[in-house]
Amino acid sequence: MSRKEGSLFQRLPVISHLGKSVGLQRGMLVTGLVITALFLLTAAFAPLIAPYGFAQHFDSQLAPSGKHLWGTTSGGYDVLSRVVWGTQTAVIVIVVAVILSIFLGVALGLVSGYIGGWLDRILVVIADAIYAFPTLLLAIVMSIAISHGRSSMLGGIFAAAISITVVFIPQYFRVIRAETIRLKAEPFVESAMVVGASSVRIMARHIYKNATRTLPLIFTLNASEAILTLAGLGFLGFGIEPSSAAEWGYDLNKALSDTTAGIWWTGVFPGAAIVLTVLGLTLVGESMNDLNDPRLRGRRRAGRKQPAAPQTPGTNALNAPGTEIAGNGVTV
Amino acid sequence: MTTLIDAPPQEADGLLPSKKTKTGGGLGKYLVVRFLLIFPTIFILITLVFFLMRITGDPITAALGGRLPPDALQARIHAAGYDRPIWVQYFEYLGQIATGNFGRTISDNLKVTDMLATYGTATLELAINSLVVALIIGIPLGMVAAKYRDKWPDAVLRIFAILSYATPVFFAGLLLKLVFAVGLGWLPVAGRAKSGNEIALTALANPTGIYWLDAIRSGNLAALGDVMAHAVLPAIALGLLTGGVFLRLVRTNVIGTLSRDYVEAGRSRGIREFRLVTKHAYKPALIPIITVMGLQIALLLGGAVLTETTFEWKGLGFQLAQYLTARDFVAVQGIVVLLAVIVALTNFIVDVVAALIDPRVRY
Repeated sequence: MSRKEGSLFQRLPVISHLGKSVGLQRGMLVTGLVITALFLLTAAFAPLIAPYGFAQHFDSQLAPSGKHLWGTTSGGYDVLSRVVWGTQTAVIVIVVAVILSIFLGVALGLVSGYIGGWLDRILVVIADAIYAFPTLLLAIVMSIAISHGRSSMLGGIFAAAISITVVFIPQYFRVIRAETIRLKAEPFVESAMVVGASSVRIMARHIYKNATRTLPLIFTLNASEAILTLAGLGFLGFGIEPSSAAEWGYDLNKALSDTTAGIWWTGVFPGAAIVLTVLGLTLVGESMNDLNDPRLRGRRRAGRKQPAAPQTPGTNALNAPGTEIAGNGVTV
Repeated sequence: MTTLIDAPPQEADGLLPSKKTKTGGGLGKYLVVRFLLIFPTIFILITLVFFLMRITGDPITAALGGRLPPDALQARIHAAGYDRPIWVQYFEYLGQIATGNFGRTISDNLKVTDMLATYGTATLELAINSLVVALIIGIPLGMVAAKYRDKWPDAVLRIFAILSYATPVFFAGLLLKLVFAVGLGWLPVAGRAKSGNEIALTALANPTGIYWLDAIRSGNLAALGDVMAHAVLPAIALGLLTGGVFLRLVRTNVIGTLSRDYVEAGRSRGIREFRLVTKHAYKPALIPIITVMGLQIALLLGGAVLTETTFEWKGLGFQLAQYLTARDFVAVQGIVVLLAVIVALTNFIVDVVAALIDPRVRY
């Protein structure tokens, strides 16, 4: 996989993808990275950016003005502050949810794929049953089981994260299990067995490192799904209490009844925040997916093949499509 | 919800990833085994939901706790048998489900089966409407994107497809309401029909519960217009989400068939480009789309919960949210079991269709 001349920095997941990309694909990747970076920065500096606290009360349903740039909600919260603080909630939930599901999914996938037999079959059937079910419904049932539907700041965030985790575990499980089964037949695993390494050691050292290569990709795709699930939970009223943390889905739920009065600012801004964040993460994840697959990867035009050929900065491809675009998104 | 990766058709079936590696055996055997696999799927989901719901306590305390004096509450719990060991209750519940008895809802004391029938048809109607919207959006635009691959229409449509995925159904619904219902005043804000029409349609003999069908059957044109007007925005909100997925699928598959030799042969014989895309390349590309369409049912059902809440569309999803808020776990279990059955059956049908089309899928 790794090219000989690449330094460690150049072989990092996102950086190496950036190097491989051309044209429209690079435009999508760069756009996604910019949006994602913006999202993360907003989350990190939320206390500095937000003009007010997320649970601070003002007069309700004020139109956007100098004092409240994006107006206030029916509950009297400042919309801009809620949107900014909401990035923090989203980041925490994504991180907790994805780490938990990677941990459990990878562990189960390794064990299931390596040991095989009845344990494997049972786990596969359970994972498939969960996988086939509408994710949001499962998350709702989980959130009720965990927190009776509503709870405090940390409790709410963890309840949301764990609800999302249950949905994701089968995905990681499937990927890792399939990889483990493939790797189990490789000579280096067999030789480790012959040498007398224990099953735990083989799983932890030899298979784990090789089976987890595709994880960065699933991570980005799942991060966007985690945001949508979190917002869905909040929208249905099974998320985090508004006084504990800012959450976009909850704000959208409250904004729903404002629409009939023509009040647009309570819904449009948190909704746009969700769309932008998911868009950024999806663009990154999808570009990485295409670039990982040689059949989908765009190729540089013939005549620019020399290794030292200067590459055009990617974003212009989006502005002037049809001129620089190489083939991407090929058939499967 | 679904990931955006375009899965090749033979990977589309949800169950038993190992089956592709096995060989031998006939179609009949495959169908039988695949049919039997429905039951563990449903069984696992029922078990999961039953125990998850019971972690929070018994349904009566959940629904009525705090509203009844403790001894009266205790008496009702005892009468319903919720104070017995959970394993006893679990097996009793399984036995009841096997005989089709789902109990009565706690909050409004309906038979769960009746409740499912009443609200299920509303969800079915929404699902059909939005599927139509999704097909109208997805198939022609997918063909356009494939035809103009890597040119600007393709770039625009790909961004549209990603946006349709990135926009939560309820936000799309909120925007549609703001613009077309409140701003322009063209369409109603929420509901399935005006209350007068709703009463007229449900009072019919043998109503199907699908309002536009009932309106056509009774020849009530005014009601039909009203029902259609109410159906537009929810169908678009939910249809956009699925339509984006279809667009990508059609694009990928038409690109695949457009590069085949027979299309090239047709082109050299002077068949016009438009006809090549719509007739020659499109039809073979449709087969994998049909199988994946079945898989979208899970996405559609999840989206229906949110869409119905957004538009106060009184279907299973809307009721589910209501029952959840009321902590009516008997009703919730009923709805979840029904959805599990639908999803498992759809996956079965999809796999059967895939096996009939493509012999490689079989055991």
